[in-house]
Amino acid sequence: MANESDFRLDARIPTGPIAEKWSKAKFEMKLVNPANKRKYKVIVVGSGLAGGAAAATLAELGYDVACFCFQDSPRRAHSIAAQGGINAAKNYQNDGDSVFRLFYDTVKGGDFRAREANVHRLAEVSVNIIDQATAMGVPFAREYGGTLANRSFGGAQVSRTFYARGQTGQQLLLGVYAGLSRQIAAGKVKMFNRTEMLDLVVVDGRAQGIVVRDLVTGKIESHAAHAVLLATGGYGNVFFLSTNAMGSNVTATYRAYKRGAGFGNPCYTQIHPTCIPVSGDYQSKLTLMSESLRNDGRVWAPKDKADVAKASSDPASIPDDKRDYYLERKYPAFGNLCPRDIASRAAKEACDDGRGVGPGGRGVYLDFRDAIKRDGEAKIREKYGNLFDMYERITGENPYQKPMRIYPAVHYAMGGLWVDYHLQSNIPGLFVLGEANFSDHGANRLGASALMQGLADGYFVIPFTLGNYLAGVPAASLASTGAAAFTDAEAAVKGRINRLMSVNGKRSVESFHKELGHIMWEDCGMARSKESLEHALKAIPELRERFWKDVTVLGGKDTFNQSLEKAGRVADFLEFGELLCRDALEREESAGGHFRVEHQTPDGEAKRDDEKFCHTAVWEYQGDDKAPVRHVEPLVFENVKLATRSYK
Amino acid sequence: MSEPESNDKPLNLTIYVWRQKDAKDAGGLVKYDLKGVSQHASFLEMLDILNEQLVGKGEEPVAFDHDCREGICGMCSLMINGRPHGGFPATTTCQVHMRHFKDGETIYIEPWRAGAFPVVRDLVVDRAAFDKITQAGGYITANCGSAQDANAILVPKDDADRAMSAAACIGCGACVAACPNSSAMLYTAAKLAHMHNLPQGQPERMKRTLAMVDAMDAAGFGNCTNHYECEAACPKEITREVIAMMNRDYAKAALSYREPTAKSDGAG
Ligand SMILES: Cc1cc2nc3c(=O)[nH]c(=O)nc-3n(C[C@H](O)[C@H](O)[C@H](O)COP(=O)(O)OP(=O)(O)OC[C@H]3O[C@@H](n4cnc5c(N)ncnc54)[C@H](O)[C@@H]3O)c2cc1C
Ligand code: FES
Repeated sequence: MANESDFRLDARIPTGPIAEKWSKAKFEMKLVNPANKRKYKVIVVGSGLAGGAAAATLAELGYDVACFCFQDSPRRAHSIAAQGGINAAKNYQNDGDSVFRLFYDTVKGGDFRAREANVHRLAEVSVNIIDQATAMGVPFAREYGGTLANRSFGGAQVSRTFYARGQTGQQLLLGVYAGLSRQIAAGKVKMFNRTEMLDLVVVDGRAQGIVVRDLVTGKIESHAAHAVLLATGGYGNVFFLSTNAMGSNVTATYRAYKRGAGFGNPCYTQIHPTCIPVSGDYQSKLTLMSESLRNDGRVWAPKDKADVAKASSDPASIPDDKRDYYLERKYPAFGNLCPRDIASRAAKEACDDGRGVGPGGRGVYLDFRDAIKRDGEAKIREKYGNLFDMYERITGENPYQKPMRIYPAVHYAMGGLWVDYHLQSNIPGLFVLGEANFSDHGANRLGASALMQGLADGYFVIPFTLGNYLAGVPAASLASTGAAAFTDAEAAVKGRINRLMSVNGKRSVESFHKELGHIMWEDCGMARSKESLEHALKAIPELRERFWKDVTVLGGKDTFNQSLEKAGRVADFLEFGELLCRDALEREESAGGHFRVEHQTPDGEAKRDDEKFCHTAVWEYQGDDKAPVRHVEPLVFENVKLATRSYK
Repeated sequence: MSEPESNDKPLNLTIYVWRQKDAKDAGGLVKYDLKGVSQHASFLEMLDILNEQLVGKGEEPVAFDHDCREGICGMCSLMINGRPHGGFPATTTCQVHMRHFKDGETIYIEPWRAGAFPVVRDLVVDRAAFDKITQAGGYITANCGSAQDANAILVPKDDADRAMSAAACIGCGACVAACPNSSAMLYTAAKLAHMHNLPQGQPERMKRTLAMVDAMDAAGFGNCTNHYECEAACPKEITREVIAMMNRDYAKAALSYREPTAKSDGAG
């Protein structure tokens, strides 16, 4: 844990009682004169909930914003795929919710590995998000009286999740996209679609620009700004198979890491318990079945191995006393709604025990039989119709008649670039929002809290903290893209592209990505050990070496070339995967989604080591041929007592 | 959706794919033979398999748009055998599975065909015209921070449900591709119906309708002559009712709505 470099981790947590920190911080922040805001240029990379909300809101305030995304429209950012809902401490159900309870649930759900002050702020602004989204016309589900409806999500005993059928992310993103479109039309946001950020430019110790590639023409170009915001989403695709969209990547954050930004807790990845199992080696992605289904669906596996064949072909024939509703059995207080990390491990345990159903024995059931009996098929259809249809389209099976077969899959990245309370990385002027930062979710994110965090960061946090930063930066200091730092970065980007295109090997990019994913899943998936991680740390560099010797990238570099796009992303995954495994090896404890088999309680639950690991690990890049340095930000719990997480 | 075939036999297929280098190239169909495709693979996974084969032979892979692969981002497109998304009810291309095809079948795959959606490469088209329509008025003017408590706006459940059904549009462009006139009426009307079924959408209703319809015309989309192929092609089952609503509003707005004259109301 060396600390000789000028690498600084000051979390800038405001002093005072937790409930007053954010108000106090807002009051103490410096402001930019309204007439001067237009003189400040801000780059926002990403148009999902975090980036889109930030770009639109900063433009509303008067800043000169440029926004980038790799899809053909900002509306297609991966946030669109979120199904189940968004949490907010509105207590509309009068069931005992409060800002403090949401704060508490989130800290506990994250297995006490998040920064208290950030989480409390998140819970505070959660209520404003619902108001704002509603004002923008987001069609949340309603009760007959016209008020907003709620459902329950994992890790909570109150009903605080707002939703729009099974398309909550879509509707929230369309709200954000609408606001962004208004600012684009007004000329306040310049939108760059199909444009990928390939490097960060740091001048005089401050982030002052980016280098991008126009994905249609292949043109490499620089953009300068007074501040750079990264809201580029999560890196789950390092596992190849995940619930993320195909384009989701680590490139933007990883390039920033290589320019000096600290990477926080890369080993914290979430494996979601209810996804459609892998069906063959042609598989390109895994599809999530929303956690909201666990409101009504009951998870089970056969009690006896002897029943596996029968349960696989005809689950209805297995009587109740031969079924193991293992979540209800093991966690009676939370039952099917226990947090994701716990539900995933329990599914793996049942399958490892030889009681999994379906091909390869990698599946358990999510059964709606009892809910349909209780509420009728129509009611279930109203709540989850589109999810049931999606399941049927993919599997060819009707989940109203046969229980869904599910298995855990990689879903979300709790790790990401380290940020302070202001969402600023350790590089001044570089801010990181949404899933891309190391986040408020500690070692495990609760369902319906990512949408909340993305919008909190974009709508309600960055407008204040960015102003505070810019107030100290002269407007006239805008860097020139002709400066050496820019031309050097452009040359590096071009060099890398040339290198990728000139390997001229025999293997496709895809095949390397698959192989990396296999290593990651087997060695650093739901269960990790010293041995498996050491294996991965040997296998990944070897694979990387083979990649640079044997990959083939066809087509031109000055045209629309999806192979080239993918090659760049996979090359970064091949480096980042190693960092992730290294972090997992160093964290000699189990916490949330990070499960080290050496560290478990007698009944197989994650066992933390608060003495040694009650901190965030932050990695500093040292060069391609040197091991990165691990720094720590200690976590202090003043409001929630450090305790063993129990959902029993 | 047709009944899945009960056997698991892999499929051998002949596929014709539209290959076009860039917007200027004339382009044409190219024939490929594909063997041993699992029935459980998705349509796009079938294209992945084809691309792996092409790369193996040193040929450039086929470009096609896709991202979420779960029917929600609207990125995937494709005319499959002449029909947007293959013509399966309520299904995007990425959600089509190979079990709906027969062994030995010939499949034709082409990009969306519409003047307002120029081809970028192979099966990829430029749908920026849709963004332009939204930018013209597809929003509710509500700056961040100005909102009242969400429950202060009561929305009858039926209205909320209607708004949600219209808002389900994923902006894929199948409606335009299906229409003999390449009209974008269903897309534009769905956005309007989403907002106009809600109280929040009322203040700007007339202005928004005029602006978005005008933007749609300006972007080069054709007129609606009531074929309703759009409705049949929509993977999100948006119905023609939204078009009726838009037409009523447009007629009303065109007759009665005028921009108020600009006059400063800034007091000293
Ligand atoms: C299937 C699924 C269901 C989910 N359901 C829920 C749910 O019900 N509730 C919940 O709270 N959360 C849910 N989540 C998690 C949640 O959706 C995401 O964590 C969240 O939306 C991320 O938002 P974001 O703005 O940080 O990033 P994203 O929405 O991923 O946006 C990333 C943006 O960055 C851009 N980008 C990325 N890299 C580059 C680059 N190099 N150059 C230029 N642009 C780039 C992309 O184009 C995109 O615009 C779900 C996730 C998945 C996968
Ligand atoms: S790829 Fe997203 S809808 Fe098909």
